[in-house]
Amino acid sequence: MEQYSEKVMEHFRNPRNVGKIENADGVGYVSNPMCGDIMKLYIKVENDVITDAKFRTFGCGAAIASSSMITEMIKGKSIEEALDISNDAVIEALDGLPPIKKHCSVLAEQALRKAIEDYRKK
Amino acid sequence: MEVYLDNNATTPLSEEVLNEMAETMRVFGNASSLHSPGVKARKTIETARHRVATVLGSEEDEIIFTSGGTESDNLAIMGYLRTTDKKHIVTSCIEHPAVLNVFRYLGNTGYDIDLIGVDEKGRVDPEEFCSVLRDDTAMISIMMANNEVGAIQPVNEIVKGVKDYSEDIAVHTDAVQAFGKMRMNCRETGVDMLSVSAHKINGPKGVGALYVRRGFKIEPVYFGGHHERGLRPGTENVQGIAGFGKASEVAVGIMAENISRWDKLKKKLSDGISGSISDIRINSHQEYAISNTLNVSFRNVEGEAVLLMLDDAGINVSTGSACTSGTGEPSHVLKAMGLDELDAKGSIRFSLGRYNTEDEIDYVIEKLDKVISRLREVSPL
Repeated sequence: MEQYSEKVMEHFRNPRNVGKIENADGVGYVSNPMCGDIMKLYIKVENDVITDAKFRTFGCGAAIASSSMITEMIKGKSIEEALDISNDAVIEALDGLPPIKKHCSVLAEQALRKAIEDYRKK
Repeated sequence: MEVYLDNNATTPLSEEVLNEMAETMRVFGNASSLHSPGVKARKTIETARHRVATVLGSEEDEIIFTSGGTESDNLAIMGYLRTTDKKHIVTSCIEHPAVLNVFRYLGNTGYDIDLIGVDEKGRVDPEEFCSVLRDDTAMISIMMANNEVGAIQPVNEIVKGVKDYSEDIAVHTDAVQAFGKMRMNCRETGVDMLSVSAHKINGPKGVGALYVRRGFKIEPVYFGGHHERGLRPGTENVQGIAGFGKASEVAVGIMAENISRWDKLKKKLSDGISGSISDIRINSHQEYAISNTLNVSFRNVEGEAVLLMLDDAGINVSTGSACTSGTGEPSHVLKAMGLDELDAKGSIRFSLGRYNTEDEIDYVIEKLDKVISRLREVSPL
């Protein structure tokens, strides 16, 4: 596997927004059946704007970095804007991911969508 | 502190090997030439061959130099199968890809293959292994010690069982990981072929050997000149071979001392881990494993993440997690031993080498505790 970018290593070493939100407005729980990675994303929403986001992830460097990055990307964004965030955007923000780690960014996107879906149901 | 604990992956060159290779760097002749530079190169190679043969308990003409363990395994299997029409072959499911993938390739090209499972200690049962032998069994291959969990296989019993069934079935053992870590003697084990490699015993990468018992016939798998008794053409890697010869001699010379030190360090590491970290599973067996290998699963954290954080602390290990395998598949060895996905994913292999010390182990235990705690905080499980 080609090595991780500095950005990925930074988000892996010092992940942002680790934790859980009690009484979260939306929770997205996803797992990748192939590699077994698991992500849990919590969002706090006020007036359709994501005011806080936290995550917990079981997975490799790319998985942790992707979760960390996506929580940073959605804070302060509206639900509509957040829905526009694709896994490619996460990869770009991380200065790239090795091809075999692309699925980690996909998992992060899926966790976000599930959290938003959960928020909309409530 | 820099702590290298991935000696089963590869090892640094020892001083003895470095010096030996340095001395031979100016031996430039082609060992097949009849003039003085050629003769010098030839002597260098034969000195190395003598060293390897001596420590393996074999004759010099039974040692073929190759480019390493993988080539030796391929030459053994493909080279022997060229001499027989029989199409059934047997091996264990925990072999290194250098054996397993040869078998898989053969399985896809007309051979009948049997992959024998292991118990929870990572050991093959000799009776089960021999129970699949048939009239058309051409050969079997069984590793001497497993690289991931260190499990020592019952090679002697299997050889006996196979030869009792039929003297015509060829027996090969991949001893790449076992060499220098446990006592071995080609003659005594009774195998027909045995693979070893230099870079696991503080020797250079790119060189290894295949022991082929006198009188046992195999054919070359690629063609060219008549080097290595016509079995392995190609102008010899004189410096690599010289390094390998020296490495073999030293490895066996210091083996008892290494084993004694590894027993102590492995126990210290294992006890230290069990004592300070909860929710773990020790995958490598205490008794039936080479003493330098400790494989541990840390529940609820992922192996690559552990590896990277340990690397940040200067500690180098490897993992059985799918995330690092390149195939997306977790360790086939751990899976065969019955570990569930989660345990395989959180597995770390610590493999001791010649240079590890007690201070290093203390440091590793301290850092590991912090790394696992931190990753468990991040984990949703």
